[in-house]
Amino acid sequence: METRNFQRVLVWELPVRIFHWVNVLCVLALTLSGFLIANPPALLSNAEATNLHSFGIVRYIHFIAAYIFFFNMILRVYWSFVGNQFASWRALWPFDKKRWGNFKHVIKNDILLMNDKQPELKNISIGHNSVAAFSYLILFVIALISVFTGFALYADTSSWFLPKMFSWVTPMLGGDFMVRNIHHIAMWGFILFVIIHVYLVFFHDWLEGRAEVSSMFGGYKFVREERLKKVKEVEEKK
Amino acid sequence: MPIDNEQRDTYYESIIKQGYSRRDFLKFSTYMAAFMGLESSMVGQIAESLEKTPRIPIIWEHYQECTCCSESFIRSNHPIVADIILDKISLDYTLTLMAASGHQAEAAKKAVMDKYKGEYILCVEGSIPLGDDGNYCCIAGKSAKETFLEAAAGAKAIIAWGSCASNGCVQAAKPNPTGATPIHKIVKNKPIIKVPGCPPIGEVMAGVIVHVVAFGRLPELDRLGRPKAFYGKRVHDTCYRRPYYDAGLFAETFDDQNSKNGYCLYKVGCKGPMTYNSCGNIKWNNGVSYPIQSGHGCIGCSEANFWDNGPFYERTTKIPGFAVESNADTVGKVAGAVVVGGVVLHGVAANISKRKELSERTKRAKNNEKNIDF
Repeated sequence: METRNFQRVLVWELPVRIFHWVNVLCVLALTLSGFLIANPPALLSNAEATNLHSFGIVRYIHFIAAYIFFFNMILRVYWSFVGNQFASWRALWPFDKKRWGNFKHVIKNDILLMNDKQPELKNISIGHNSVAAFSYLILFVIALISVFTGFALYADTSSWFLPKMFSWVTPMLGGDFMVRNIHHIAMWGFILFVIIHVYLVFFHDWLEGRAEVSSMFGGYKFVREERLKKVKEVEEKK
Repeated sequence: MPIDNEQRDTYYESIIKQGYSRRDFLKFSTYMAAFMGLESSMVGQIAESLEKTPRIPIIWEHYQECTCCSESFIRSNHPIVADIILDKISLDYTLTLMAASGHQAEAAKKAVMDKYKGEYILCVEGSIPLGDDGNYCCIAGKSAKETFLEAAAGAKAIIAWGSCASNGCVQAAKPNPTGATPIHKIVKNKPIIKVPGCPPIGEVMAGVIVHVVAFGRLPELDRLGRPKAFYGKRVHDTCYRRPYYDAGLFAETFDDQNSKNGYCLYKVGCKGPMTYNSCGNIKWNNGVSYPIQSGHGCIGCSEANFWDNGPFYERTTKIPGFAVESNADTVGKVAGAVVVGGVVLHGVAANISKRKELSERTKRAKNNEKNIDF
C-alpha cells in the first residue's frame, strides 16, 4: 500500500486564532442578549424597579460585547495586512485566475459533490478554500452592517465620539424603525452563517483528514509532503 | 425689496391690542424659551424680538390631511399662540380658520403672495397627491401640486406640519393609491422645517413658529430636517416608565397586573424606542399626559412610514417587502430550519458520493493502527 507523508504547517497564527474565538464569544453573547432585548422574558419578581436592573444588565452585556466585537474586527483587518499568506486580505478575494479555478473546483466537488476523475493534490486548499474565503467576505459585510446600524441605534444614548460617528446612519435610512429592522435581520445572517460554517468545517475535517477542526485551536494543518518545496528539493538531491 | 412696515404691527403691539397684559406677554415669552430649550437669559431676547419685529405673513395651506395639526396648534397651552400668532395677526390665508371664503379667500392669498414675495412663511398641512395628475386633491379649481408650487415660489421658508407633509403619513401608506407625496420631495430649493407627528405637539408647533419669527432664521435642524430642540431625543429616553424598562418589568398584556402597576409597555408594542419626539417631556393638552402615561404604547406617529412598520401592539421586526404576517424571526427560523435540513442532507450525500475516497483512507488508517510500533 502506498504511504502518504504529511508535514505540519502553521496555517493560523496566534492572533488569527485569538480573533476567531473572541469573535465566536462575542457573536454568541450578542445574539443571545439580542434575542433577549428583542423579546424580553416575563420576570417573576415583585421587587421595585429601583432594586432591579436585569434588563439594563442584558443591554450592558450587549453593548460591551459589541465594543469588543468591533475592536476585535479592527485588529483582524490590521492582521490581514501584516499576517501570513492565509491571514492576508488577498486570500479573501476569489476573483483572480488561480483562486477562481479553486472556487469552481470547490463548488463542483464539495458543494455539488461531483467527483474529479483524477483528484489533483493542489486543489486541496491549505488555508481557506476560495468559497469559504468568499463566505468570510460576506460575513465581514454583514458584520459591518451590524456595526453601522448597532452604533447608530446606540449613538443617541452615548456621548463618546465613536458611536457618535455613526449617527448619520439613522437619517440616511429614514429612522430608527429601518435601522432596527436591518440590525435584527443581520443577526439572522450570523446565525445562518454559523450553521453552514460549522458544518463545512466538520465536512472538511472528515473528508480530507487534515485536522481542520483542531487547526483553529493549535494553528497547524497537515499538508502532503509533495506540496512542500523543500521536501521536494531534498528528495531530488537524493 | 423694501418692507412695508407701516402696514404691519409688531407682535407685541398686536398682543397688547388684543387685550393681553405685558405680564401675559412676558409669560408667553418665557414659555416659548423653555419649550425651545433655551437658557433663561434668552427670554429677554425673545421678548425684545417680538416687540420689535413686524409680524411675518403666513400662508397656511391644507392638502390631503385631517386638520389634526391645526386642532393641536389652537390647543397649545398658551392662548397667545392661537389668538395672536395664528388667528388674528399673522395668518393671511388658511382655508379652515379664515373668515373669507371662495374668491375672496383666494384673492387674499394672491395679495399676500404678491406683496410679501420672498418674506412670507408657507405652512403646509397635508401631503400632496401626484397620482392621476394630482386630481385627488383640488382647491379652487387647481391641483394641490400647482397651488403648492405657486405658493412655495415666493416663500422665505416652508414649514411642513405633521407627518402628512413631512413623511406622507396614512395616505402614503401602502399601496398609496393617490400617490401622496411629502413636500420635501416636490420642492428642493427652499428651506423646509419638518415638524412630524400625527399631530405634532401644539407647543412644538408654537415653538417652531416663534423661533422663526423671533430670531428671523430657522431653528437648528437635524439631518432629517426636524428641529433638534424637539426631535433630538427618543420618546423612550425621556419616558417616565423607563426605569421599569431597565429593571426588566414589562406589561405582558393590557389587562394584567403589570399594566396596572404602570410597567413599561415595550412588549405590547410601544414604539417609543424608535421614535423621536418630545411627548415624554412636553406632553400633551397643557402637559397633562401623553399616550404612554395614559396606558397606551407609542405608535411612532412622528416617524416616517409608521403605518407600514408592523403592527402597533406587537414588537416584531418587519422585513421590507414581505407580507405583514412574516416578521424577521419567522423568516429567520424557517431559513434556519431549511439550512439545517440542507446541511444534514448534504452530509449524508457527501458520505455516499465520496465513499471510495473515505473507505480507502479508513483502510490505510486501520492498517497504520496495526503497524504501531510499541
